Amino acid sequence: MKTPQPLPQNLRPPLALLERLSNAVGVSGDEEEIRQIVQKQIRSFVDEITVDALGNVLAVKHAADPNVTRVMFAAHMDEVGFMLVQEEGEGSFAFEPVGGIDERQLLGKPVQVGKERLPGVIGSKPIHLCTAEELHHAVPQKNMHIDLSPGCASKAKVGDFATFATRFQRNGDALFGKALDDRLGVATLIELARVNPGNLEILFAFTVQEEIGLRGARVAAYNFQPDMAFVVDSTPAFDLPLVQEDEENTQYNTRLGAGPAIYLSDAGTISDPRLVHFMVKLAEEHHIPFQFRQPGGGGTDAGAIHLTRSGVPSVSISIPGRYAHTPILHASLEDWKNTLHLLNLVLLHASRSILTPDR
Amino acid sequence: MKELIQKITQIPAPSGFEKAVRDFILDEVKPFVKETRVDALGNLIVRCGEKTKQGRSILVGAHMDEIGIIASHVEKNGRVRFSNLGTIFPRYLPGSRVRFLDGTRGVIDSDKPEDLTKIQPISQFFIDVGAESDQTCPIHAGDVAVFDREFMDLGNRVVSKALDDRSSCALLINAIQQIKTTPHELYFVFSTQEEVGSKGATTAAFGLDVELGIALDVTPVGNLHGVKLQVDLGKGPAIKVRDVGHISDSRVVNWMVAGAKSLKLPYQLEVLDIGTTDARAMQISKAGMLSGALSIPCKYVHSPSEMIDLVDYEQTLRLLVHLLSNPINLEK
Repeated sequence: MKTPQPLPQNLRPPLALLERLSNAVGVSGDEEEIRQIVQKQIRSFVDEITVDALGNVLAVKHAADPNVTRVMFAAHMDEVGFMLVQEEGEGSFAFEPVGGIDERQLLGKPVQVGKERLPGVIGSKPIHLCTAEELHHAVPQKNMHIDLSPGCASKAKVGDFATFATRFQRNGDALFGKALDDRLGVATLIELARVNPGNLEILFAFTVQEEIGLRGARVAAYNFQPDMAFVVDSTPAFDLPLVQEDEENTQYNTRLGAGPAIYLSDAGTISDPRLVHFMVKLAEEHHIPFQFRQPGGGGTDAGAIHLTRSGVPSVSISIPGRYAHTPILHASLEDWKNTLHLLNLVLLHASRSILTPDR
Repeated sequence: MKELIQKITQIPAPSGFEKAVRDFILDEVKPFVKETRVDALGNLIVRCGEKTKQGRSILVGAHMDEIGIIASHVEKNGRVRFSNLGTIFPRYLPGSRVRFLDGTRGVIDSDKPEDLTKIQPISQFFIDVGAESDQTCPIHAGDVAVFDREFMDLGNRVVSKALDDRSSCALLINAIQQIKTTPHELYFVFSTQEEVGSKGATTAAFGLDVELGIALDVTPVGNLHGVKLQVDLGKGPAIKVRDVGHISDSRVVNWMVAGAKSLKLPYQLEVLDIGTTDARAMQISKAGMLSGALSIPCKYVHSPSEMIDLVDYEQTLRLLVHLLSNPINLEK
């Protein structure tokens, strides 16, 4: 295998920014904190920024010629989390998940609640007091509670959002944090805003409410009317050693460290083969490692974007991450660099001609 | 007619990869139409006729895609694991053969079942293309395939893969060739990605300014997966009243029924409790449109061996040509 070409000097994975974005709180429907960071970071690199009715940040870099190809890049600002739904006294609140969370992951996890980030915990019965029977059964989410302590009950109220209290950490290539799905994509788009292709109308959509049904992307694409769309997201890597050694892992989705994951087909979108081919060719020519995400379930903002108006040729590319939608996601810096590198090339080489011939 | 159905059903073209069948349709209809174009999702849109004072603008759709599979992993031993494109019933998989778009063929089998009385999920099936290892396997993740099953001529009844919905595509080709004069502006839409959620019809309908949308599709008969169905083979065109995703406009239903009566054709009213068609996407496009659907009754839908009756086909064709050739009264 040939050595990958180095990342162009003007581009670098913005690690400090990723740390801020990962630690910031922006559960679906409550993305204001992320929106503020995004707007501040891209202001000097784009020609136009608007916040639409749903809260998407729509940023445009104009081309000199208004008839040129319109290329949309989307990443979602929101993260999965919780909402307090009932006060139960003594600082305890019943809650419901916002977005898809495996309820077996929740018990005993520290959380932060509301704008003031009140510390809390999804309380559980200590092992000392559990019966043998209890230790062998998962606790249903409706029986769990967020405990803010009796003294803090008045500081929170029904309707407040909550999320995991995980702080970002890095160890060499290893990145750990909450909400890296999809703050990795958000940080990628912010960095891409520095690139000046000149001959394209570049449309950046930092979307809201992806985790609860691609709602932001739907209206963002309607507004932008792009000729093509690239969605940057995070996707699970389940390339773990198996329990049974003689069995081959055939359902890993992606592998950590194997490069950006290009989508072929998921539950929401069959990628436009012309855009897949375009990205694969660029990656091969520049010796950038990449992998195909295994076709199957799941989905990204592309599921809404490609059905907008008369249709938008779309493809997704994700940074692989282990343990998605849990308190901590583990991604690889090298994968992120390679994603950034490939998307930089997409920006520099995209043109309407890649949509010929017809799909 | 039979030859056209045989040719068009044998073309491998699963959801998202419809180019081959689109090229075939384009060749068949080009001499008869005013204008053709292909949109961003690959729909073929064919315009015929000019709108007169008594005429309307009408979308008539049939989907080009068929259900298929997409390779997801090649094992070290050369077996190909796969995921579905559209609704694949695992019970049809063991022993089925598939053909990839590059021509590679293979046979499907499953991991050893733990319980012979239960149908295994798709994840436990694999395709054997005759490769001894992943190194020699010509198939890679992302390659797509369809059921490989030859056309069978049983006289009035024919059997093939992909009669859903190539039989309707053939029917629209015949209709385009047979409609001599029409007061309407007709947009025939050969749509993509119906089997994964009427995606082509969604964007095609948005791109057209029409007043009325009609979908042509097959409809299952008898007893499908425990759902009792009224429609039967050999009893004429099925005029859709309702399915899971769509309630036909009653004025459209009445118009179709009146058409069948005036031609003295048998017809069936269809109430379908499983599945839906592109009419669903048309009805709710933009500010909405009047919509309805005509169905060709079909046995063993979504299996490698679907069956239709050519008398039903011919009667559905006559009804559609009649409906599209005359002014439309939708008063009641």
